[in-house]
Amino acid sequence: MSQITARFKGQLDQFQLDVDFTIPSVGVTALFGQSGCGKTTVLRCLAGLERVTEGDLRINGAVWQDQSSFVKPHHRPVGYVFQDANLFDHLDVKGNLLFGHKRSSQKNDGPFFEGVVSLMGLSNLLDRPVQMLSGGERQRVAIGRALLSHPKLLLMDEPLSALDRFAKEEIIPYLQKMHQALSIPIIYISHDSEEVERLADHLILMEKGRIVKSGPLFDMLSDPKLFIAKSSKTASVFEGVICHFDEADQITSLQFCNRTFHVPGYVGEVGETRRVRIVATDVSLANEMPSKTTILNVFESRIIEIVAIDEARYNVVLELGTAKLIARISKRSLSHFDFQIGQSVFAQVKAVSMVEKRKRK
Amino acid sequence: MIEPIVLTLKLASLTTVILLIIGTPLAWWLARSQCIFKEAVGAVVALPLVLPPTVLGFYLLIALGPQSPLGQLSHTLFGQALPFSFAGLVIGSVIYSMPFVVQPVRNAFEAIGDKPLEAAATLRASPIDCFFNVAIPLARPGLITGAVLGFAHTVGEFGVILMIGGNIPGETKVLSIAIYDHVENLEWTQAHILSAGMLVFSFIVILSMMVLDKRLRRGRKVS
Repeated sequence: MSQITARFKGQLDQFQLDVDFTIPSVGVTALFGQSGCGKTTVLRCLAGLERVTEGDLRINGAVWQDQSSFVKPHHRPVGYVFQDANLFDHLDVKGNLLFGHKRSSQKNDGPFFEGVVSLMGLSNLLDRPVQMLSGGERQRVAIGRALLSHPKLLLMDEPLSALDRFAKEEIIPYLQKMHQALSIPIIYISHDSEEVERLADHLILMEKGRIVKSGPLFDMLSDPKLFIAKSSKTASVFEGVICHFDEADQITSLQFCNRTFHVPGYVGEVGETRRVRIVATDVSLANEMPSKTTILNVFESRIIEIVAIDEARYNVVLELGTAKLIARISKRSLSHFDFQIGQSVFAQVKAVSMVEKRKRK
Repeated sequence: MIEPIVLTLKLASLTTVILLIIGTPLAWWLARSQCIFKEAVGAVVALPLVLPPTVLGFYLLIALGPQSPLGQLSHTLFGQALPFSFAGLVIGSVIYSMPFVVQPVRNAFEAIGDKPLEAAATLRASPIDCFFNVAIPLARPGLITGAVLGFAHTVGEFGVILMIGGNIPGETKVLSIAIYDHVENLEWTQAHILSAGMLVFSFIVILSMMVLDKRLRRGRKVS
Protein backbone atom coordinates (compact mmCIF):
# COMPACT_ATOMS: atom_id res chain seq x y z
CA MET A 1 0.00 0.00 0.00
CA SER A 2 2.80 2.35 -0.82
CA GLN A 3 0.70 5.19 -2.12
CA ILE A 4 -1.04 8.38 -1.14
CA THR A 5 -4.74 8.69 -1.83
CA ALA A 6 -6.49 11.97 -1.18
CA ARG A 7 -9.89 13.46 -1.81
CA PHE A 8 -10.84 16.96 -0.67
CA LYS A 9 -14.03 18.82 -1.38
CA GLY A 10 -15.09 22.18 0.01
CA GLN A 11 -15.81 25.81 -0.73
CA LEU A 12 -12.89 28.18 -1.21
CA ASP A 13 -13.11 31.95 -1.59
CA GLN A 14 -13.45 31.99 -5.35
CA PHE A 15 -14.48 28.48 -6.31
CA GLN A 16 -15.21 24.97 -5.22
CA LEU A 17 -12.24 22.80 -4.34
CA ASP A 18 -12.80 19.29 -5.59
CA VAL A 19 -9.72 17.15 -5.91
CA ASP A 20 -9.19 13.43 -5.90
CA PHE A 21 -5.81 11.87 -6.58
CA THR A 22 -3.63 8.86 -5.97
CA ILE A 23 0.11 9.18 -6.25
CA PRO A 24 2.99 6.82 -5.57
CA SER A 25 4.61 7.48 -2.23
CA VAL A 26 8.09 7.72 -3.71
CA GLY A 27 9.79 10.54 -5.54
CA VAL A 28 8.69 14.07 -6.12
CA THR A 29 5.15 14.93 -7.09
CA ALA A 30 4.65 18.44 -8.39
CA LEU A 31 1.33 20.18 -7.85
CA PHE A 32 1.34 22.50 -10.81
CA GLY A 33 -1.04 25.26 -11.81
CA GLN A 34 -1.59 28.98 -11.91
CA SER A 35 -1.60 31.09 -8.75
CA GLY A 36 -4.87 30.86 -6.87
CA CYS A 37 -5.96 27.52 -8.30
CA GLY A 38 -6.07 25.87 -4.88
CA LYS A 39 -2.65 24.21 -4.75
CA THR A 40 -1.79 25.63 -1.35
CA THR A 41 -5.16 24.61 0.06
CA VAL A 42 -4.54 21.03 -1.06
CA LEU A 43 -1.16 21.06 0.67
CA ARG A 44 -2.67 22.55 3.84
CA CYS A 45 -5.34 19.85 3.79
CA LEU A 46 -2.62 17.21 3.52
CA ALA A 47 -0.87 18.71 6.56
CA GLY A 48 -4.13 19.03 8.48
CA LEU A 49 -3.79 22.81 8.76
CA GLU A 50 -7.09 23.17 6.97
CA ARG A 51 -10.16 21.00 7.17
CA VAL A 52 -12.59 21.03 4.26
CA THR A 53 -16.13 19.75 4.58
CA GLU A 54 -15.45 16.48 2.83
CA GLY A 55 -12.08 14.83 2.99
CA ASP A 56 -10.42 11.47 2.84
CA LEU A 57 -6.70 10.96 3.15
CA ARG A 58 -4.68 7.78 3.38
CA ILE A 59 -0.90 7.66 3.51
CA ASN A 60 0.55 4.19 2.90
CA GLY A 61 -2.60 2.65 4.32
CA ALA A 62 -2.81 4.85 7.43
CA VAL A 63 -5.98 6.93 7.62
CA TRP A 64 -5.29 10.61 8.36
CA GLN A 65 -8.77 11.81 7.55
CA ASP A 66 -12.11 10.28 6.65
CA GLN A 67 -15.82 10.77 7.42
CA SER A 68 -15.40 10.31 11.14
CA SER A 69 -11.76 10.95 11.96
CA PHE A 70 -9.26 13.73 11.54
CA VAL A 71 -5.66 13.41 12.67
CA LYS A 72 -4.53 16.74 14.17
CA PRO A 73 -1.61 18.43 12.39
CA HIS A 74 0.84 17.86 15.24
CA HIS A 75 0.12 14.13 15.15
CA ARG A 76 0.87 13.86 11.42
CA PRO A 77 4.45 12.97 10.51
CA VAL A 78 4.73 15.60 7.81
CA GLY A 79 7.37 18.20 7.14
CA TYR A 80 6.02 21.46 5.77
CA VAL A 81 8.18 24.04 4.03
CA PHE A 82 6.32 27.32 3.75
CA GLN A 83 6.60 29.75 0.88
CA ASP A 84 8.38 32.34 3.02
CA ALA A 85 10.39 30.03 5.32
CA ASN A 86 8.32 31.01 8.37
CA LEU A 87 11.16 30.58 10.84
CA PHE A 88 10.77 31.25 14.56
CA ASP A 89 12.11 34.74 15.21
CA HIS A 90 12.80 34.04 18.87
CA LEU A 91 15.18 31.16 18.15
CA ASP A 92 18.54 31.07 16.39
CA VAL A 93 19.23 28.76 13.47
CA LYS A 94 20.06 25.82 15.72
CA GLY A 95 16.96 26.41 17.83
CA ASN A 96 14.83 26.41 14.70
CA LEU A 97 16.43 23.23 13.41
CA LEU A 98 15.99 21.44 16.73
CA PHE A 99 12.39 22.54 17.29
CA GLY A 100 10.86 19.68 15.33
CA HIS A 101 13.76 17.29 15.95
CA LYS A 102 13.26 17.40 19.73
CA ARG A 103 9.58 16.65 19.31
CA SER A 104 9.97 13.80 16.81
CA SER A 105 10.02 10.11 17.61
CA GLN A 106 13.78 9.86 17.06
CA LYS A 107 14.80 12.91 19.01
CA ASN A 108 18.39 12.22 19.90
CA ASP A 109 19.75 11.27 16.55
CA GLY A 110 23.00 13.24 16.49
CA PRO A 111 24.36 11.78 13.25
CA PHE A 112 21.07 12.55 11.51
CA PHE A 113 21.23 16.14 12.75
CA GLU A 114 24.81 16.47 11.51
CA GLY A 115 23.78 14.90 8.22
CA VAL A 116 20.96 17.32 7.55
CA VAL A 117 23.09 20.28 8.63
CA SER A 118 25.79 19.36 6.14
CA LEU A 119 23.28 18.38 3.43
CA MET A 120 21.74 21.86 3.64
CA GLY A 121 25.10 23.58 4.15
CA LEU A 122 24.21 25.09 7.50
CA SER A 123 27.25 24.30 9.66
CA ASN A 124 28.47 27.90 9.64
CA LEU A 125 25.08 29.38 10.39
CA LEU A 126 24.03 27.43 13.49
CA ASP A 127 24.56 30.25 16.01
CA ARG A 128 23.15 32.99 13.80
CA PRO A 129 19.91 34.75 14.71
CA VAL A 130 17.42 34.11 11.92
CA GLN A 131 17.08 37.84 11.28
CA MET A 132 20.66 37.82 9.97
CA LEU A 133 20.04 35.28 7.20
CA SER A 134 19.62 35.88 3.48
CA GLY A 135 16.49 34.68 1.71
CA GLY A 136 18.19 31.56 0.38
CA GLU A 137 19.69 30.73 3.77
CA ARG A 138 16.32 31.13 5.49
CA GLN A 139 14.75 28.70 3.06
CA ARG A 140 17.57 26.18 3.61
CA VAL A 141 17.03 26.41 7.36
CA ALA A 142 13.29 25.91 6.82
CA ILE A 143 13.92 22.79 4.73
CA GLY A 144 16.45 21.47 7.26
CA ARG A 145 14.00 22.12 10.08
CA ALA A 146 11.27 20.17 8.28
CA LEU A 147 13.61 17.25 7.47
CA LEU A 148 14.85 17.02 11.06
CA SER A 149 11.35 16.33 12.33
CA HIS A 150 11.62 12.88 10.65
CA PRO A 151 8.68 13.35 8.30
CA LYS A 152 7.14 10.48 6.38
CA LEU A 153 5.88 12.98 3.82
CA LEU A 154 7.50 16.28 2.90
CA LEU A 155 5.25 19.09 1.69
CA MET A 156 6.83 22.09 0.00
CA ASP A 157 4.81 25.18 -0.89
CA GLU A 158 6.70 27.02 -3.62
CA PRO A 159 9.87 27.10 -1.54
CA LEU A 160 11.67 29.06 -4.23
CA SER A 161 9.06 31.58 -5.29
CA ALA A 162 9.95 34.23 -2.71
CA LEU A 163 13.58 34.17 -3.80
CA ASP A 164 15.34 36.13 -6.50
CA ARG A 165 17.04 34.28 -9.33
CA PHE A 166 20.41 34.31 -7.64
CA ALA A 167 19.09 32.78 -4.42
CA LYS A 168 17.09 30.26 -6.46
CA GLU A 169 20.17 29.00 -8.25
CA GLU A 170 21.90 28.79 -4.88
CA ILE A 171 19.21 26.59 -3.36
CA ILE A 172 18.30 24.23 -6.22
CA PRO A 173 21.47 22.12 -5.83
CA TYR A 174 20.52 21.58 -2.18
CA LEU A 175 17.06 20.46 -3.22
CA GLN A 176 18.52 18.05 -5.74
CA LYS A 177 20.94 16.65 -3.18
CA MET A 178 18.06 16.26 -0.78
CA HIS A 179 16.00 14.34 -3.30
CA GLN A 180 18.88 11.96 -3.81
CA ALA A 181 19.56 11.43 -0.14
CA LEU A 182 16.01 10.88 1.05
CA SER A 183 13.55 8.17 0.31
CA ILE A 184 10.47 10.00 1.59
CA PRO A 185 7.82 11.19 -0.84
CA ILE A 186 7.77 14.90 -1.55
CA ILE A 187 4.80 16.94 -2.74
CA TYR A 188 6.02 20.15 -4.25
CA ILE A 189 3.93 23.13 -5.33
CA SER A 190 5.10 25.17 -8.24
CA HIS A 191 3.83 27.41 -10.96
CA ASP A 192 7.18 27.42 -12.75
CA SER A 193 7.39 24.74 -15.43
CA GLU A 194 11.20 24.75 -15.52
CA GLU A 195 11.34 24.05 -11.79
CA VAL A 196 8.93 21.16 -12.29
CA GLU A 197 11.00 19.71 -15.13
CA ARG A 198 14.09 19.86 -12.97
CA LEU A 199 12.68 18.29 -9.86
CA ALA A 200 9.50 16.31 -10.40
CA ASP A 201 8.82 12.64 -11.19
CA HIS A 202 5.06 12.87 -11.08
CA LEU A 203 2.78 15.74 -11.96
CA ILE A 204 -0.66 16.84 -10.81
CA LEU A 205 -2.08 19.58 -12.96
CA MET A 206 -4.62 21.85 -11.29
CA GLU A 207 -6.98 24.48 -12.59
CA LYS A 208 -9.62 26.41 -10.57
CA GLY A 209 -9.79 23.98 -7.69
CA ARG A 210 -9.90 20.87 -9.83
CA ILE A 211 -7.38 18.39 -11.09
CA VAL A 212 -7.03 18.53 -14.85
CA LYS A 213 -4.81 15.48 -15.05
CA SER A 214 -2.30 13.57 -13.01
CA GLY A 215 0.41 11.20 -14.14
CA PRO A 216 4.14 10.55 -14.57
CA LEU A 217 6.03 13.73 -15.51
CA PHE A 218 7.22 12.62 -18.94
CA ASP A 219 3.74 11.62 -20.13
CA MET A 220 2.19 14.79 -18.79
CA LEU A 221 4.71 17.16 -20.36
CA SER A 222 4.18 15.68 -23.79
CA ASP A 223 0.40 15.59 -23.60
CA PRO A 224 -0.59 18.19 -26.21
CA LYS A 225 -4.08 18.60 -24.76
CA LEU A 226 -2.83 20.06 -21.49
CA PHE A 227 -2.21 23.76 -21.11
CA ILE A 228 1.50 23.33 -20.35
CA ALA A 229 1.90 22.31 -23.98
CA LYS A 230 0.68 25.74 -25.03
CA SER A 231 3.26 27.83 -23.20
CA SER A 232 6.17 29.39 -25.04
CA LYS A 233 8.49 27.29 -22.84
CA THR A 234 6.87 23.99 -23.78
CA ALA A 235 9.47 21.26 -23.67
CA SER A 236 9.81 17.51 -23.79
CA VAL A 237 11.86 15.88 -21.05
CA PHE A 238 13.61 12.53 -21.39
CA GLU A 239 15.80 10.42 -19.20
CA GLY A 240 18.78 8.91 -20.93
CA VAL A 241 21.74 6.76 -19.89
CA ILE A 242 25.18 8.11 -20.70
CA CYS A 243 26.81 5.70 -23.16
CA HIS A 244 29.86 7.49 -24.46
CA PHE A 245 32.07 10.52 -24.02
CA ASP A 246 34.11 11.70 -26.99
CA GLU A 247 37.32 13.14 -25.57
CA ALA A 248 38.41 14.89 -28.79
CA ASP A 249 35.14 16.69 -29.54
CA GLN A 250 33.97 16.91 -25.92
CA ILE A 251 30.59 15.41 -26.74
CA THR A 252 28.59 13.20 -24.41
CA SER A 253 26.18 10.69 -25.90
CA LEU A 254 23.11 9.51 -24.08
CA GLN A 255 21.00 6.51 -24.96
CA PHE A 256 17.26 6.73 -24.80
CA CYS A 257 14.93 4.12 -26.33
CA ASN A 258 17.38 3.08 -29.03
CA ARG A 259 18.07 6.70 -29.94
CA THR A 260 21.22 8.55 -29.16
CA PHE A 261 21.33 12.16 -28.06
CA HIS A 262 24.52 14.15 -28.28
CA VAL A 263 25.16 16.88 -25.76
CA PRO A 264 28.17 19.19 -25.81
CA GLY A 265 30.52 18.97 -22.85
CA TYR A 266 31.16 16.37 -20.15
CA VAL A 267 27.96 15.51 -18.38
CA GLY A 268 28.76 12.47 -16.25
CA GLU A 269 30.14 8.97 -16.06
CA VAL A 270 29.14 6.30 -18.57
CA GLY A 271 26.16 4.39 -17.18
CA GLU A 272 24.72 7.29 -15.22
CA THR A 273 21.21 8.57 -15.86
CA ARG A 274 20.55 12.17 -16.82
CA ARG A 275 17.48 14.19 -17.58
CA VAL A 276 17.50 16.19 -20.81
CA ARG A 277 15.08 18.80 -22.01
CA ILE A 278 14.17 19.67 -25.55
CA VAL A 279 12.25 22.90 -26.03
CA ALA A 280 9.48 22.57 -28.64
CA THR A 281 10.62 25.67 -30.51
CA ASP A 282 14.11 24.12 -30.91
CA VAL A 283 12.72 21.23 -32.94
CA SER A 284 12.28 21.61 -36.69
CA LEU A 285 10.89 19.05 -39.11
CA ALA A 286 12.02 17.89 -42.56
CA ASN A 287 10.64 15.40 -45.06
CA GLU A 288 14.05 14.02 -45.91
CA MET A 289 17.16 13.25 -43.97
CA PRO A 290 18.97 16.61 -43.96
CA SER A 291 22.38 15.99 -45.48
CA LYS A 292 24.24 19.17 -44.72
CA THR A 293 23.52 20.55 -41.32
CA THR A 294 25.35 21.64 -38.18
CA ILE A 295 22.69 20.05 -36.06
CA LEU A 296 23.92 17.04 -34.07
CA ASN A 297 20.65 15.46 -33.19
CA VAL A 298 18.42 14.29 -36.00
CA PHE A 299 15.84 11.57 -35.41
CA GLU A 300 13.57 9.81 -37.79
CA SER A 301 10.14 9.50 -36.27
CA ARG A 302 6.43 9.37 -36.92
CA ILE A 303 3.84 12.12 -36.42
CA ILE A 304 1.18 10.96 -34.01
CA GLU A 305 -0.73 14.17 -33.36
CA ILE A 306 -1.06 17.72 -34.68
CA VAL A 307 -2.60 20.27 -32.33
CA ALA A 308 -3.26 23.95 -33.00
CA ILE A 309 -1.94 26.31 -30.30
CA ASP A 310 -3.38 29.51 -31.80
CA GLU A 311 -4.07 30.88 -35.29
CA ALA A 312 -0.42 30.79 -36.34
CA ARG A 313 1.27 27.93 -34.49
CA TYR A 314 0.97 24.18 -34.13
CA ASN A 315 2.38 21.52 -31.86
CA VAL A 316 3.40 18.44 -33.80
CA VAL A 317 3.76 15.43 -31.53
CA LEU A 318 6.29 12.84 -32.63
CA GLU A 319 6.74 9.31 -31.47
CA LEU A 320 10.16 8.75 -30.02
CA GLY A 321 10.33 5.20 -28.73
CA THR A 322 8.02 5.03 -25.74
CA ALA A 323 8.03 8.79 -25.30
CA LYS A 324 6.86 11.78 -27.23
CA LEU A 325 8.70 14.75 -28.64
CA ILE A 326 6.89 18.01 -29.30
CA ALA A 327 7.87 20.25 -32.22
CA ARG A 328 6.49 23.76 -32.46
CA ILE A 329 6.01 24.83 -36.09
CA SER A 330 4.16 27.60 -37.87
CA LYS A 331 0.89 27.21 -39.72
CA ARG A 332 2.67 28.14 -42.93
CA SER A 333 5.23 25.34 -42.57
CA LEU A 334 2.50 22.87 -41.73
CA SER A 335 0.55 23.63 -44.88
CA HIS A 336 3.67 24.01 -47.03
CA PHE A 337 5.03 20.60 -46.13
CA ASP A 338 1.56 19.11 -45.75
CA PHE A 339 2.44 17.09 -42.66
CA GLN A 340 -0.08 14.39 -41.85
CA ILE A 341 -0.65 12.13 -38.88
CA GLY A 342 1.12 8.81 -39.39
CA GLN A 343 3.69 10.36 -41.69
CA SER A 344 7.37 9.71 -41.18
CA VAL A 345 9.55 12.80 -40.72
CA PHE A 346 13.01 13.83 -39.59
CA ALA A 347 13.15 15.91 -36.46
CA GLN A 348 16.15 18.19 -36.12
CA VAL A 349 16.86 19.16 -32.57
CA LYS A 350 18.83 22.34 -32.30
CA ALA A 351 19.50 22.22 -28.61
CA VAL A 352 19.37 19.48 -26.01
CA SER A 353 19.86 20.90 -22.56
CA MET A 354 20.63 19.04 -19.40
CA VAL A 355 17.87 19.43 -16.87
CA GLU A 356 19.87 18.61 -13.79
CA LYS A 357 22.76 16.69 -12.43
CA ARG A 358 20.67 14.30 -10.49
CA LYS A 359 21.36 10.66 -9.88
CA ARG A 360 18.39 8.35 -9.87
CA LYS A 361 18.12 5.30 -7.70
CA MET B 1 7.24 56.60 55.99
CA ILE B 2 8.80 53.36 54.75
CA GLU B 3 5.79 51.24 55.65
CA PRO B 4 3.42 52.53 52.93
CA ILE B 5 6.18 52.18 50.30
CA VAL B 6 6.87 48.56 51.22
CA LEU B 7 3.16 47.82 51.34
CA THR B 8 2.64 49.42 47.91
CA LEU B 9 5.48 47.45 46.35
CA LYS B 10 4.17 44.24 47.90
CA LEU B 11 0.67 44.91 46.58
CA ALA B 12 1.86 45.88 43.10
CA SER B 13 4.21 42.88 42.77
CA LEU B 14 1.62 40.39 43.93
CA THR B 15 -1.02 41.94 41.67
CA THR B 16 1.30 41.84 38.66
CA VAL B 17 2.21 38.21 39.22
CA ILE B 18 -1.45 37.21 39.57
CA LEU B 19 -2.38 39.27 36.52
CA LEU B 20 0.31 37.63 34.38
CA ILE B 21 -0.88 34.20 35.47
CA ILE B 22 -4.57 34.77 34.76
CA GLY B 23 -4.30 37.62 32.23
CA THR B 24 -2.03 35.81 29.75
CA PRO B 25 -4.35 32.85 29.06
CA LEU B 26 -7.28 35.29 28.98
CA ALA B 27 -5.46 37.49 26.45
CA TRP B 28 -4.64 34.36 24.42
CA TRP B 29 -8.28 33.36 24.39
CA LEU B 30 -9.35 36.90 23.42
CA ALA B 31 -6.76 36.94 20.62
CA ARG B 32 -7.49 33.49 19.17
CA SER B 33 -11.05 32.48 19.96
CA GLN B 34 -13.84 32.53 17.37
CA CYS B 35 -16.46 32.65 20.14
CA ILE B 36 -19.22 35.21 19.60
CA PHE B 37 -19.11 36.37 23.22
CA LYS B 38 -15.44 37.16 22.92
CA GLU B 39 -15.84 40.90 22.47
CA ALA B 40 -18.34 41.06 25.33
CA VAL B 41 -15.78 39.43 27.62
CA GLY B 42 -13.16 41.83 26.25
CA ALA B 43 -15.41 44.77 27.08
CA VAL B 44 -15.95 43.55 30.64
CA VAL B 45 -12.19 43.23 31.11
CA ALA B 46 -11.73 46.78 29.74
CA LEU B 47 -14.47 48.32 31.93
CA PRO B 48 -12.11 49.64 34.64
CA LEU B 49 -10.59 51.89 31.98
CA VAL B 50 -13.72 54.04 31.85
CA LEU B 51 -15.53 53.27 35.09
CA PRO B 52 -14.98 55.73 37.95
CA PRO B 53 -12.86 53.94 40.60
CA THR B 54 -15.49 54.78 43.21
CA VAL B 55 -18.14 52.84 41.28
CA LEU B 56 -15.84 49.86 40.98
CA GLY B 57 -14.90 50.17 44.64
CA PHE B 58 -18.54 50.38 45.68
CA TYR B 59 -19.52 47.19 43.87
CA LEU B 60 -16.40 45.42 45.09
CA LEU B 61 -17.28 46.40 48.62
CA ILE B 62 -20.70 44.81 48.18
CA ALA B 63 -19.34 41.75 46.36
CA LEU B 64 -16.67 41.10 48.98
CA GLY B 65 -18.81 42.04 51.99
CA PRO B 66 -19.60 39.55 54.76
CA GLN B 67 -23.14 38.98 53.42
CA SER B 68 -21.94 38.03 49.92
CA PRO B 69 -21.08 34.44 48.94
CA LEU B 70 -17.48 35.50 48.32
CA GLY B 71 -17.28 37.17 51.73
CA GLN B 72 -18.69 34.08 53.43
CA LEU B 73 -16.27 31.84 51.59
CA SER B 74 -13.39 34.01 52.71
CA HIS B 75 -14.69 33.96 56.27
CA THR B 76 -14.87 30.17 56.41
CA LEU B 77 -11.48 29.74 54.68
CA PHE B 78 -9.39 32.45 56.33
CA GLY B 79 -11.56 33.49 59.23
CA GLN B 80 -11.54 37.10 58.09
CA ALA B 81 -13.57 39.37 55.87
CA LEU B 82 -12.12 40.74 52.64
CA PRO B 83 -12.94 44.43 52.79
CA PHE B 84 -10.39 46.52 54.68
CA SER B 85 -7.79 43.77 54.39
CA PHE B 86 -4.69 43.31 52.24
CA ALA B 87 -6.28 40.31 50.49
CA GLY B 88 -9.25 42.49 49.56
CA LEU B 89 -6.87 45.07 48.11
CA VAL B 90 -5.20 42.43 45.98
CA ILE B 91 -8.55 41.28 44.57
CA GLY B 92 -9.56 44.87 43.86
CA SER B 93 -6.21 45.72 42.25
CA VAL B 94 -6.29 42.62 40.04
CA ILE B 95 -9.67 43.64 38.64
CA TYR B 96 -8.76 47.32 38.41
CA SER B 97 -5.41 46.78 36.62
CA MET B 98 -6.56 43.87 34.45
CA PRO B 99 -7.03 45.84 31.21
CA PHE B 100 -3.55 47.31 31.48
CA VAL B 101 -2.08 43.81 31.31
CA VAL B 102 -4.58 42.02 29.08
CA GLN B 103 -4.68 44.63 26.31
CA PRO B 104 -0.94 44.79 25.44
CA VAL B 105 -0.60 41.01 25.77
CA ARG B 106 -3.62 40.45 23.55
CA ASN B 107 -2.22 42.85 20.95
CA ALA B 108 1.10 41.01 21.03
CA PHE B 109 -0.61 37.64 20.58
CA GLU B 110 -2.67 39.01 17.70
CA ALA B 111 0.46 40.38 16.04
CA ILE B 112 2.04 36.90 15.98
CA GLY B 113 -0.61 35.66 13.54
CA ASP B 114 -1.24 32.06 12.54
CA LYS B 115 1.96 31.39 10.68
CA PRO B 116 4.50 30.59 13.42
CA LEU B 117 1.83 28.50 15.17
CA GLU B 118 1.15 26.55 11.99
CA ALA B 119 4.86 25.98 11.52
CA ALA B 120 5.04 24.70 15.09
CA ALA B 121 2.06 22.40 14.55
CA THR B 122 3.72 20.82 11.50
CA LEU B 123 6.79 20.29 13.70
CA ARG B 124 4.75 18.15 16.14
CA ALA B 125 4.08 20.82 18.75
CA SER B 126 0.71 20.39 20.48
CA PRO B 127 -1.44 23.50 21.09
CA ILE B 128 -0.18 23.81 24.72
CA ASP B 129 3.40 23.31 23.57
CA CYS B 130 2.83 26.04 20.94
CA PHE B 131 1.47 28.41 23.58
CA PHE B 132 4.45 28.06 25.91
CA ASN B 133 7.27 27.64 23.42
CA VAL B 134 6.19 29.81 20.49
CA ALA B 135 3.45 32.26 21.47
CA ILE B 136 4.84 33.33 24.87
CA PRO B 137 8.43 33.93 23.66
CA LEU B 138 7.21 35.79 20.57
CA ALA B 139 4.85 37.93 22.66
CA ARG B 140 7.59 38.86 25.14
CA PRO B 141 7.58 42.61 24.35
CA GLY B 142 3.82 42.68 24.98
CA LEU B 143 4.21 40.71 28.21
CA ILE B 144 6.87 43.09 29.47
CA THR B 145 4.74 46.13 28.58
CA GLY B 146 1.73 44.54 30.26
CA ALA B 147 3.68 43.71 33.43
CA VAL B 148 5.16 47.20 33.71
CA LEU B 149 1.83 48.93 33.06
CA GLY B 150 -0.01 46.63 35.48
CA PHE B 151 2.61 47.24 38.18
CA ALA B 152 2.72 51.00 37.68
CA HIS B 153 -1.03 51.31 37.53
CA THR B 154 -1.43 49.38 40.78
CA VAL B 155 1.15 51.61 42.46
CA GLY B 156 -0.86 54.67 41.45
CA GLU B 157 -4.23 53.27 42.48
CA PHE B 158 -6.27 55.43 44.88
CA GLY B 159 -10.05 55.44 44.46
CA VAL B 160 -10.68 51.73 44.63
CA ILE B 161 -8.35 51.34 47.59
CA LEU B 162 -10.03 54.11 49.50
CA MET B 163 -13.40 52.45 48.92
CA ILE B 164 -12.50 48.87 49.85
CA GLY B 165 -9.33 49.22 51.89
CA GLY B 166 -9.67 52.34 53.93
CA ASN B 167 -6.59 53.57 55.73
CA ILE B 168 -5.16 50.88 58.02
CA PRO B 169 -1.39 51.30 58.53
CA GLY B 170 0.57 48.21 57.46
CA GLU B 171 -2.56 46.57 56.06
CA THR B 172 -4.18 48.89 53.54
CA LYS B 173 -2.40 52.23 53.86
CA VAL B 174 -0.58 52.32 50.53
CA LEU B 175 1.46 55.15 49.09
CA SER B 176 -1.32 57.13 47.41
CA ILE B 177 -3.44 56.95 50.57
CA ALA B 178 -0.44 58.01 52.67
CA ILE B 179 0.09 61.08 50.48
CA TYR B 180 -3.58 61.99 50.78
CA ASP B 181 -3.32 61.50 54.53
CA HIS B 182 -0.26 63.74 54.84
CA VAL B 183 -1.92 66.49 52.82
CA GLU B 184 -5.06 66.23 54.93
CA ASN B 185 -2.91 66.66 58.06
CA LEU B 186 -0.97 69.54 56.46
CA GLU B 187 2.29 67.52 56.62
CA TRP B 188 3.62 69.09 53.44
CA THR B 189 7.21 67.86 53.74
CA GLN B 190 6.23 64.19 53.90
CA ALA B 191 3.71 64.71 51.11
CA HIS B 192 6.43 66.34 49.01
CA ILE B 193 8.91 63.50 49.54
CA LEU B 194 6.41 60.78 48.64
CA SER B 195 4.92 62.70 45.71
CA ALA B 196 8.29 63.58 44.20
CA GLY B 197 9.31 59.94 44.61
CA MET B 198 6.20 58.87 42.72
CA LEU B 199 6.90 61.42 40.02
CA VAL B 200 10.43 60.15 39.48
CA PHE B 201 9.28 56.52 39.63
CA SER B 202 6.56 57.12 37.01
CA PHE B 203 8.97 58.94 34.72
CA ILE B 204 11.51 56.13 34.94
CA VAL B 205 8.85 53.52 34.26
CA ILE B 206 7.54 55.26 31.15
CA LEU B 207 11.01 56.06 29.83
CA SER B 208 12.43 52.58 30.33
CA MET B 209 9.37 51.07 28.73
CA MET B 210 9.70 53.24 25.64
CA VAL B 211 13.40 52.47 25.32
CA LEU B 212 12.83 48.76 25.84
CA ASP B 213 10.01 48.69 23.33
CA LYS B 214 12.16 50.41 20.74
CA ARG B 215 15.03 47.98 21.29
CA LEU B 216 12.83 44.91 21.08
CA ARG B 217 11.22 46.23 17.91
CA ARG B 218 14.60 46.92 16.36
CA GLY B 219 15.76 43.40 17.22
CA ARG B 220 12.76 42.04 15.34
CA LYS B 221 13.32 44.14 12.28
CA VAL B 222 16.94 43.34 11.47
CA SER B 223 15.88 41.00 8.70
